[in-house]
Amino acid sequence: MNNDYHIERYCHIRNNDISLDGISLYSEKHDSFKDFAKATYKHLEINHSKFFKMDNLSKLAFLAADVLLKEETEKNVGLVLSNKAASLDTDRKHQESIKDYPSPAVFVYTLPNICLGEISIRHQLFSENSFFVFDSFNAESLYTYANSLLDEQKSEKVLCGWVNFDDGKYDAFLYVVAKKGTFVHSEAEINRLY
Amino acid sequence: MSELKLELKEKIIEQLNLEDIAIEEIADTDPLFGEGLGLDSIDALELIVMLDKDYGIKLADPKQGRTIFESIDSMAAYIEENRSR
Repeated sequence: MNNDYHIERYCHIRNNDISLDGISLYSEKHDSFKDFAKATYKHLEINHSKFFKMDNLSKLAFLAADVLLKEETEKNVGLVLSNKAASLDTDRKHQESIKDYPSPAVFVYTLPNICLGEISIRHQLFSENSFFVFDSFNAESLYTYANSLLDEQKSEKVLCGWVNFDDGKYDAFLYVVAKKGTFVHSEAEINRLY
Repeated sequence: MSELKLELKEKIIEQLNLEDIAIEEIADTDPLFGEGLGLDSIDALELIVMLDKDYGIKLADPKQGRTIFESIDSMAAYIEENRSR
């Protein structure tokens, strides 16, 4: 396995703050993630009307990916995301809605990998993508899978990370692995940046 | 009828999460799909559910939606004629 890959840049979204490479891009307290996501969308001057139709998990992944891929010219960017709660937040909403009239717009988000589709649509990616559900942040698996995609030339770059939403709490840590970059791509470094 | 049209605009904005569109921006004759509001197939399903839930109208053939959901005008006319609540 080639160990000569690097992390180009990384993004965190947690506690009403979104940051790139550790530097805050927007930070303001909001009562809910929905409000924070809307304010962040406006602050970053994103223009993608479908954003407001997404569920919380997709909004979270979409915002972090947008920060990282906004100026990316490479189109063969693999996507490898993970979390603990899968799509549980939306699953609960769907469960609630089927007691009365089920909502098609809620139902379509009852899979965690839908957020990969939203990112792919936004950035016009036709690349490899996978979504894993782990009990906790799993740097080892992300590291191994990203290396594999790059080693086997399935992807030129890989957008990796953790995007978890459950019970109003959210945590996103996404990063881009490439042949060149600021940080060494290693399990220890992924854990340190997380 | 004009009250119903206003109600429909409010419902469409709220239920289809069109957060960046104001009621005044939707003309009664604007196409709801395609170049107009840009609604998609999932939105069409939401509108079918809305007809049932709020107006007691069950569409036997979803293809009917194509003409019913052309504009606020066509939706309001269909609801006026067929509503049971």
